[in-house]
Amino acid sequence: MKTFIASSPHVARVNRVDSIMLQVLLALVPGILAMIWFFGWGLLINILLAVTFAVAAECTVILARGRSPLPAIADLSAVVTAVLFAISVPPILPWWMTLLGMLFAIVLVKQLYGGMGYNPFNPAMAAYVFLLVSYPVAMTNWLTPTMLTEHHLSFTESLRIILDGSLPQGLSWDAVTSATPLDEMRGKLDRNLTMGEIRQSPLWGAFGGRGWEWVAAWFLLGGIYLLWKRIITWHIPVSLLSSLLVCATLFWAIEPQTHPFPAFHLFSGAAILGAFFIATDPVTACTTTRGQIIFGASIGALVYVIRTWGGYPDAIAFSVLLLNIAAPMIDHYTQPRVFGHGGKRG
Amino acid sequence: MAVAHSLIANRRLWTFHGGIHIPDEKSLSNGAPIAPIALPSRLVVPLQQHIGAPARVIVAVGERVLKGQMIAEPTGLVSAPVHAPSSGTLVAIESHPIPHPSGLMAPCAIIETDGEDAWAELPPPMTDYPQLDPELIRERIRWAGVVGMGGASFPTSVKLSPGTDRHIHTLIINGAECEPYISCDDRLMRERSGHIFEGVRIMHHLLGVKQVLIGIEDNKPEAIEEMRLALAETDMHTYTEIVPIPTLYPSGGEKQLIRILTGKEVPTKGIPAQVGIVCQNVGTAAAVADAVLEGRPLVSRVVTVTGRAIANPRNLEVPIGTPASDLIAHCGGYRETPRKLVCGGPMMGFALRDADTPITKATNCVLALTPEESPAPGPALACIRCGRCAQACPANLLPQQMYWHARAKDLDRVQDYNLFDCIECGCCAQVCPSHIPLVQYYRYAKTEIWSREQEKRKSEQARARHAAKQARLERQEQERQAKLRKQKEALAAKAKAQAKPETAAKQQASAASPTETANDS
Ligand code: SF4
Ligand code: SF4
Repeated sequence: MKTFIASSPHVARVNRVDSIMLQVLLALVPGILAMIWFFGWGLLINILLAVTFAVAAECTVILARGRSPLPAIADLSAVVTAVLFAISVPPILPWWMTLLGMLFAIVLVKQLYGGMGYNPFNPAMAAYVFLLVSYPVAMTNWLTPTMLTEHHLSFTESLRIILDGSLPQGLSWDAVTSATPLDEMRGKLDRNLTMGEIRQSPLWGAFGGRGWEWVAAWFLLGGIYLLWKRIITWHIPVSLLSSLLVCATLFWAIEPQTHPFPAFHLFSGAAILGAFFIATDPVTACTTTRGQIIFGASIGALVYVIRTWGGYPDAIAFSVLLLNIAAPMIDHYTQPRVFGHGGKRG
Repeated sequence: MAVAHSLIANRRLWTFHGGIHIPDEKSLSNGAPIAPIALPSRLVVPLQQHIGAPARVIVAVGERVLKGQMIAEPTGLVSAPVHAPSSGTLVAIESHPIPHPSGLMAPCAIIETDGEDAWAELPPPMTDYPQLDPELIRERIRWAGVVGMGGASFPTSVKLSPGTDRHIHTLIINGAECEPYISCDDRLMRERSGHIFEGVRIMHHLLGVKQVLIGIEDNKPEAIEEMRLALAETDMHTYTEIVPIPTLYPSGGEKQLIRILTGKEVPTKGIPAQVGIVCQNVGTAAAVADAVLEGRPLVSRVVTVTGRAIANPRNLEVPIGTPASDLIAHCGGYRETPRKLVCGGPMMGFALRDADTPITKATNCVLALTPEESPAPGPALACIRCGRCAQACPANLLPQQMYWHARAKDLDRVQDYNLFDCIECGCCAQVCPSHIPLVQYYRYAKTEIWSREQEKRKSEQARARHAAKQARLERQEQERQAKLRKQKEALAAKAKAQAKPETAAKQQASAASPTETANDS
């Protein structure tokens, strides 16, 4: 490339990648605090571990390429990946699984494809799916929300579980863990229980899973903050949640005894988190406006399909990855009409 | 006042995709009235200050020239003359840096001024122009060297003669001045509104349009008010409207302004006349009035000298050819060392390498930016495909895709993404969080494509030349052969002549035919 003579524009640029990432992290804080409140200190420990592993992995790969790792680390994208991963996995996941997940996400999914901006798959979700397929038990071993357990794991107790898997004296796994509400619902529906019976479960709250509904609400707040700050646009989250809601309402209206009421779908799993924080990852999502709407709506519909008929209770990760594959093609067919090009799609 | 208000009644406005809000910084320079500048001792007048064929010098070096005297004449239809901006001696025609993005050198007339600023004899005013042949008026505007003063510098007389096959119904006067910092049109509208309307009236007459729309961004309330009052004093309000438009960069782009005011889109690769519109800048209108009503050629213009590095930013009336450094000195010099000296606005202007670069007809702003105003953008990071560029693009392009292919030097693919609809407004680069110098890539790709096409044309010409030469050589060879054969046959015929004269004649006839064929090919 030729050397350029001083380029326009000549005034300060308005956006920076690192400040965008920082805003995303900031927007995650309320939801994270809520999760710590309901599920204990494990999440915080996981976040710290995941961030450390991710940054270390990224440094190592870039150093191995003989480049300075600082700019890549400073853009904070690895940190966002790590935090999203830690939020998605059970709060007492063994440390080495977090390490494995981060190596997978940063080395394989991100850096081997060329690093920031080049990876076709969302690294956090790819790592999540990789672990879920490899270690299904550990990856579904969720803690019971604090209001439903006698024993609240302390910071050191959580740390010990994560580091060597040992429970505090006199506690059994059953006492601290339980299925997620989505998981439990799937199990009971499979055993032909009706929604009315299932809703008796203590895991059910006002409009979603107990505890989960509040976590989702705080993530929603963070998502609205991102919209307000124009870090993300409405297209993906709104289309994703609307399509999920439409599917849920449709089937619930037809058969309310075997389908949960629609709000449950939004407020029980990772739908809100996924809609605002995961599917909106710019690198792996669609970039055209119409493409983003198709992208979001397809994820929403897929989440419903997988949750209802698929083999896994939650489906954000699978759906996002599937649509990651389709994103370039959707972009290609949804190019905007260029100014002055009549009705023709440019 | 009542009339004035009815003139800005609720005209429907349209929007264009994208655009960005940027601090306009106009208050730096728009407070003080336009001031004259001390006559520089040396003027460097570029011979080509317009789009089209360069002008041909008609004055000999060493000759005395008078202010307003034509020193170079247009060569062709799309061309413009150049006049001496002041009286003095033409000391040289030489290469000098001109305001051009590439820092190009180009032939300039160097005039040493004599300080008298004596005018040449000017053609008579055409105050009775409505009675005159429109061709005469156009000829006058062409003679005066009026070109688009908003930056495009296309010869105005050409734009005012759109031909009989095109029905022009609307004249748009561009007073949007959407680039930050620049305020020369703002001051012009505040101080010389009457003059602008005279120019508008002439252009209205020449084009025979139904309506005239004057678009002004609403961050210039004083200019809007002044223009309204001035319009109310004329009889032009039956067909003229002052239309305040929302401040949104780049609403002053020709295609964007047309869209805002009329909802029409100029087709790709097309010109406004195709949708029945002609667009002129307010400064151009004033220059047209000068030319027609006063017989004065375009020898000076209003230039904004601004930026926080300038001690006293303001607008100056500057003879064409004045070095930028003179303007800066006239505004009290630098308050602090600028990081960048820019010709034009911060979004579309280009950095000057040399403060001696002269002002041309198209120079609307000299901008000296401090390091705080124009910090070095961080190192470009990878594109994170965030789509902010596409959201901001007024042409509704996909800048990240064009960048991707431009970087890979895949010039065909860049064109598939409509590179040539890019107006280089810089919105995409301004919002890119990865600080990728996107516009540079587009300029680079455009230049590459142009030069490649030129190469192709050249090599095609060369191939054609080569083929022609081959054919010629072949023909000559065949002719030579044929001649030889003929001579031989003639000799043989001579020998046999006594025996059989008819056969010889036949042979000669058949020998002649290949020569003819060779000549045909
Ligand atoms: S704004 Fe910059 S980072 Fe975002 S998509 Fe466009 S080029 Fe890529
Ligand atoms: S410079 Fe070109 S691509 Fe960028 S915003 Fe302007 S028109 Fe669009």
